[in-house]
Amino acid sequence: MGKHEKRKLYWRANVRYLAILLTVWFVVSYGFGILLVDQLDAVRVGGFKLGFWFAQQGSIYVFVALIFVYVVLMNRLDRRFDVDERQGDPTSPTLVRPAAPDEEGPEA
Amino acid sequence: MSVQSWTYALVGLSFALYISVAIWSRATSTGEFYVAGGKVPAVVNGMATAADWMSAASFISMAGLISFMGRDGSVYLMGWTGGYVLLALLLAPYLRKFGKFTVPDFVGDRYYSGFARVVAVVCAIFVSFTYVAGQMRGVGIVFSRFLGVGIENGVLIGMGIVFFYAVLGGMKGITYTQVAQYCVLIFAYLVPAIFISLMVTGVAIPQLGFGATVSEGTYLLDRLDGLSTELGFANYTGGRKSTIDVFFITAALMVGTAGLPHVIVRFYTVPRVSAARSSAGWALAFIALLYTTAPAVAAFARTNLLTTVANRPVADMPPWFAKWMETGLIEFTDKNGDGIIQYVGSASELTNELVIDRDIMVLANPEIAGLPNWVVGLVAAGGLAAALSTAAGLLLVISTSVAHDLLKKSIRPHITEKGELVAARIAAGFAVCIAGYFGINPPGFVAQVVAFAFGLAAASFFPAIIMGIFSKRMNKEGAIVGMIVGITFTAAYIIYFKFVRPDLNDAAHWLLGISPEGIGTLGMVLNFVVAISVASFTPSPPPEIQQLVEEIRIPRGSGEAHELEA
Repeated sequence: MGKHEKRKLYWRANVRYLAILLTVWFVVSYGFGILLVDQLDAVRVGGFKLGFWFAQQGSIYVFVALIFVYVVLMNRLDRRFDVDERQGDPTSPTLVRPAAPDEEGPEA
Repeated sequence: MSVQSWTYALVGLSFALYISVAIWSRATSTGEFYVAGGKVPAVVNGMATAADWMSAASFISMAGLISFMGRDGSVYLMGWTGGYVLLALLLAPYLRKFGKFTVPDFVGDRYYSGFARVVAVVCAIFVSFTYVAGQMRGVGIVFSRFLGVGIENGVLIGMGIVFFYAVLGGMKGITYTQVAQYCVLIFAYLVPAIFISLMVTGVAIPQLGFGATVSEGTYLLDRLDGLSTELGFANYTGGRKSTIDVFFITAALMVGTAGLPHVIVRFYTVPRVSAARSSAGWALAFIALLYTTAPAVAAFARTNLLTTVANRPVADMPPWFAKWMETGLIEFTDKNGDGIIQYVGSASELTNELVIDRDIMVLANPEIAGLPNWVVGLVAAGGLAAALSTAAGLLLVISTSVAHDLLKKSIRPHITEKGELVAARIAAGFAVCIAGYFGINPPGFVAQVVAFAFGLAAASFFPAIIMGIFSKRMNKEGAIVGMIVGITFTAAYIIYFKFVRPDLNDAAHWLLGISPEGIGTLGMVLNFVVAISVASFTPSPPPEIQQLVEEIRIPRGSGEAHELEA
């Protein structure tokens, strides 16, 4: 597989992840919290009406979770396609990078 | 110790902390001044981003706003958090890989056009000034309410502090100071929230207390709904705004958040692309801690308020009532002269006699709940931390825009690094003075122009950056026309309803029922549509630009940009 072909596949996988995660993002906030809020309010969970809970609490928890899921998925994808940044310890001096004159040392 | 001495002690202590941090971490190069040398760890950057983002409005006003809006308050809760998902997934990693200093840098390079850069600079400066004036005002208000200092002197003290660490420390100083400020502000927010949650529901975690029972097995929210409707207010957990308006406002705030230059620039400060991704996650986690507490505080405070004041004799009011009446935040006129406070909504046949400023929900909460004096002082220190951290981040964007985007990239490309650093510091100094001026003499329209900041960011930067990353075909013609159409449409709509014909500013006259707060979403859609159609009949971008887009999509090879640039 050529480098160009590989990059194309990597990008396509990335866009697929984005589509799935952003669908969830849309459903919990705009879907449950706004468009379907009155229907969901018929359901009660403890002291909360479900739609109200999604609008003021649940959507925010899901947002946080989505970003961390994305981080894990992308780190795995980067490694699989060999485009990740870590080759050994990123802070180790073996990682050769051009040092600017104003930098104290090779530490990243 | 009295409230006053606790406040002085805690505010003084927190200021001493910020100044020590600023001295310890001052900047020595443009790289450090603009992006902290690109070396800030992801968690630290996340915390600094959270402090940068959460302003005096989030800390002081948001819970109060929600407690008067009920369910509709969720536009702020979702709008100001959901944007981070867009940032993390669609912007941060690619902009970090691109690896220059500013948003106009990206727009100018990606669209190979000095004109596009200038459009972006002007938007960045306008958006940032709008915001920073509000922050300085917030500093002044906290000083005058808690410390008995006049608003003017309060603003001057705030200016001095921000000047010290923003001008000396640049992004590096600001980042580490913001970490300290986050710790102060979140502690100051959570302590009273936990106390009140315990008091009202017996549950220590406000997020759970929100859904717990008050007395005799009634749920808090049901009790609040009952109290509200009894007094003729709208149902707390019901919505009043139209669904389409809620949808558009939420979207404008989300997309605007993702397009705000002082937020985006934070992701240039981390060492790697993967760190930019996780840093957005940490930022949102730290923000969520306050944003999930705020609606709970709103409900507790509203319940407390309704049960304490409504239909009670004014003679029986606790001391805080008189104290806050002096500041004008509570206004009571006994219209029917019966000595009883009629606090009722529009659905009641009685006349309302009480007007309450929304800021009181956070500021007076500790007193309403009878919390110890040190908690009151803590709230003052927290409000100042929130205002100062945001002001500093915005001032940095302004100084960077002037020194880097205008001076170096547009006017004098051969300026030395030292000269640029001096220019950046002078620009930051000027920006502090202008911000201070607007803090002392606020233009009457500060509140209205906040809609501008989000609307413009949503209708200009966001589409231009997204298409710059996700479309290799997008060219300068499309991007520039798109930005101009988006900005013009959004600005014209807001100006028309806020300044030209404020008398027509109601749902019947709005386009499709969308309020000026939500119109940025439509401006963004217009920007996308226009840009894509213009690009389709103008030439493709040159091959080196398409190569640049290929490169920013791949994480490997990040890290060189700053060093080459610095």
